[in-house]
Amino acid sequence: MYSDKFCRLAFRLLGRKPVAVFGLTRRGFGWTAVCTQRTLRLVRSASQASVDPEEVRRFRSLASKWWDEQGEFAALHAMNDLRVPFIRDNLLNVHTRRHPGKPLAGLKILDVGCGGGLLAEPLGRLGASVLAIDPVENSIGTAQLHSSYDPELRDRVRYRACTLEELSAEEEGERAGHFDAVVASEVVEHLADLETFAFCCGHVLKPGGSLFITTINKTNLSYVLGIIVAEQLLRIVPRGTHDWEKFISPVELERLLESNGLSVRSIQGMLYNPVSGAWSWSDSTAINYALHALRVSDDDGRPEEEEKECRS
Amino acid sequence: MHTLTKSALVLNGLGQCFTGGKHLCAVKITSRGLVRAVRGGNSDKDEVYDVVISGGGMVGSAMACSLGMDPNLAGKKILLLEAGNKKVMDKVPDIYSTRVSSISPGSATLLSSIGAWEHITKMRYKPYKKMQVWDACSDALITFDKENLQDEMAYIVENDVVVAALTKQLDRNVQVKYRSKVVEYTWPMPQQAAESIPWVQVTLASGDTVQTKLLLGADGPNSMVRQGLGIPTVKWNYDQSAVVAVLHLSEPTENNVAWQRFLPTGPIAMLPLSDTVSSLVWSTSHQLAEELLQLDDESFVDAINSAFWSNENQSELIETAGSLFRSALSVIMPSAGSPRQLPPSVAAIGPKTRVMFPLGMGHASEYVRHRVALIGDAAHRVHPLAGQGANLGFGDVTCLTQLLSQAAFNGRDLGAIQHLLEYETERQRHNLPMMAAIDLMKRLYSTNVAPVVLLRTFGLQATNMLPAIKETIMGFASK
Repeated sequence: MYSDKFCRLAFRLLGRKPVAVFGLTRRGFGWTAVCTQRTLRLVRSASQASVDPEEVRRFRSLASKWWDEQGEFAALHAMNDLRVPFIRDNLLNVHTRRHPGKPLAGLKILDVGCGGGLLAEPLGRLGASVLAIDPVENSIGTAQLHSSYDPELRDRVRYRACTLEELSAEEEGERAGHFDAVVASEVVEHLADLETFAFCCGHVLKPGGSLFITTINKTNLSYVLGIIVAEQLLRIVPRGTHDWEKFISPVELERLLESNGLSVRSIQGMLYNPVSGAWSWSDSTAINYALHALRVSDDDGRPEEEEKECRS
Repeated sequence: MHTLTKSALVLNGLGQCFTGGKHLCAVKITSRGLVRAVRGGNSDKDEVYDVVISGGGMVGSAMACSLGMDPNLAGKKILLLEAGNKKVMDKVPDIYSTRVSSISPGSATLLSSIGAWEHITKMRYKPYKKMQVWDACSDALITFDKENLQDEMAYIVENDVVVAALTKQLDRNVQVKYRSKVVEYTWPMPQQAAESIPWVQVTLASGDTVQTKLLLGADGPNSMVRQGLGIPTVKWNYDQSAVVAVLHLSEPTENNVAWQRFLPTGPIAMLPLSDTVSSLVWSTSHQLAEELLQLDDESFVDAINSAFWSNENQSELIETAGSLFRSALSVIMPSAGSPRQLPPSVAAIGPKTRVMFPLGMGHASEYVRHRVALIGDAAHRVHPLAGQGANLGFGDVTCLTQLLSQAAFNGRDLGAIQHLLEYETERQRHNLPMMAAIDLMKRLYSTNVAPVVLLRTFGLQATNMLPAIKETIMGFASK
C-alpha cells in the first residue's frame, strides 16, 4: 500500500532509473525498500512528511565516521570478532576446499547494507570476491575510498550504490543465483518489507548457498537494552538508529525464511559488553542473534552439503 | 626498597603514557573527517607490504621466519630490512664468538618450529643442565637444575650461529633486502584522511620507499622506529660495563653448568660453550672493565680465577650467621638444597676475544602504535645477568606471530591497533616482572653492606631449600 510513496521517494532520494523499479512492480512484488538502516530511517521519516535535509546532512557526516574504531560504529567494528568467524566457519563447513591464507578464496559473497565496508573488507581479505551494496551513496563512497588504498582488496571487493531489489531484478536468467553467500548484518531490523528481502536473498543465492543474518530480537529486554540503554543512556549507537517495532524474533524470521526456500541451520545469541567493548557468543537470543540459513536446492529441496552437515 | 619504588614508577609511567597518547590523537583526528576523493598520493607506484620488519638480528630474523611460515599468513607480502650483509655460515669458524645467548627451552621451541634449531644443532651449541649462583660475600648459593640433571635447562649458542641458522630459513615466503639502511619513517594518521596514504612509509638510503600495513621495529636498544615514534623509554645506565671473552679451561670437564657469582662490583658469569671452552660475561664498573681490558692475558686469567674462587669479601659475622641459618634450615628440610660446587679453573683466554660494552636497562612505555609494534631489545633491554635478553625477544616473536595469525584468519587489517594492544598487554605482563626481578637482583648484589648481605644470604639460602619456589622461577625463566 505504500508502494507508490516509496517509488516516488526512491526517485527523489537515490535518483535511480525508473525502469528498474517498474520492472519489479510489473513482476508482481511490491516495491519496498530493502536497504540499510540509514536510508530506511530516511524512508520512514520521509513517508510521514517530505525529505528532511537535516537528516540527509546527518547521514553524510555519519559516513565519514564509519572507520573510526572508537567512534559511533565501535560496536559494529567489534562485532567483526564474532560475525567474521561465524561466516567463515559456516562457509568452510559447506565448502571443504582449503586455501591456506585465503580460506574463502573462490567464493562470491554479496554484502547487503554494507555501510562503510566494515564487514566487506575482512571478507575480501579472507579471499572471497565480495560485492557490497548499500543505497546510501555516501557510505559507498567512504567504503570505496577506504579499500582503494589496499591492493589486496582493490580487485576483490566491489561496491555499488543500489538496493537488493535492484540487484535482484538485474540478476535474471543465467546470472540469477550466482552468489555463494549473502550477508545481511544489522540490516533486517531496519527493513519495512522482510518478505521481499527474503525472496530476493533466495533469488540471488546459488542453490545450497548460505544466508547470514545478524539482527536484534523483539523482546522487552531488547527494547530496554537496545533502545533505552544503547541509544539514550550509553550512546553506543546514534539516537534514533533503531525502531523496536521493526525488530524481529528468531522464530518469526525463521518462519519467513523457510517460506522463501531458505532452511535455517543455526541461530546463536550474541552479547555486547559495553564496558570492554567486546561481543561474545551467548546461549540466549534475547537481544542480538546471528542466523545461518541455506538455500534449499530446487530439485530435491535439500542440498547435499546440508545432509552432510546434518550427519556430523 | 629503592628498586621497588622504581619499578612501581615504571608501571605507573606506562599506564599514563598508554592512556594519554593513543586516545588523544584519535580524538584529534576524528574531527578531520573523510572527504570522498580520488586515490591520494602515489600509492600505486610503491609496493604495499603486509608486514615490514626493520632489523635482521636474532629477533627480527626469527620474526620474519615465523610469520613467513605461518599457514594463516600464507600469501602475505613480508619484507625484512637489514642494514648489514647477508650472514651466511657455510662452515662454523674455529674461533668461538664472544657474543653468546642463553636460549631457554621456550625459545628453542620457537626456533625448532621455524626449522632453525636443526641448523643450530648441526652448527654449534652447548646445553647446560644446571645453574649455580653464589655470593662473593657469603657462602650462600642457589642452584637450579632439572630433575636429576636429565633435561637441559637451557642452551648457550653464539649469536652469529643463531642468525646464520635463521638466515637459512628466511628464503621461504619472505623477501629480504640486505644493506638497506632506513633513513626515514613516515607514520600514518590513526584515522584515514582523504589524500593521505594510510600505511607506514619507509624511506631507504637508496632512495626507494616501501609502504607497509604493519611495521615491526626489531632494530635494537637504540631503535630508530621507537625514537621516530617518540615513544618514551624508562631507562637507566648501570654504570657498569660487561667484559666478554672466550675462556679455555684447564682441563676438559662435562662443562654443563652455568656459573654466576655476585661480586660487589657486579656479577661474573661463565657459560659453557664446549667441554673445554666457556664464555665469560663479567659485569663490573667502567673503570675496572677498562683495567681488565688493559691486562695481559695471564693476569686477566688470574683475575677471572680469583673472582670465582676468592673469599676476600667474606666477613666472619655473615659467614657464621649464614651457616647457622643454613643448618637451621637443613634441620627442617634435611633433603632440600644442594651442595656447592666449584667452577672449573680457567687456563687461558682466546686470542683477541676481550671486548667490553656498557650495560643499561630500558623499557619502552608502549610497545605498539597504530600500524607499528616494537619487538626484542627495541622494546626492552635487560642486564645480562639472568641470560634473558634473547629469550624475552623470542617470547615477543611467539606471541606476536600467534596474534597476527589469528588476526589474518579473522580477516583483520594486520596493522589494526586492537590485536597489537593484546600483544602489548600480554608481553608487558611477562616482561615487566622479569625486568623488575633482574633489576632487583642486580641492585641487591651490588653492595657489601652487612645487613643487605645478611638479608640476601638468608633469602638465597631459603629459596635454595624450597623446590617449589625454584621451580616457579625456572618455569618463568624458561618460557
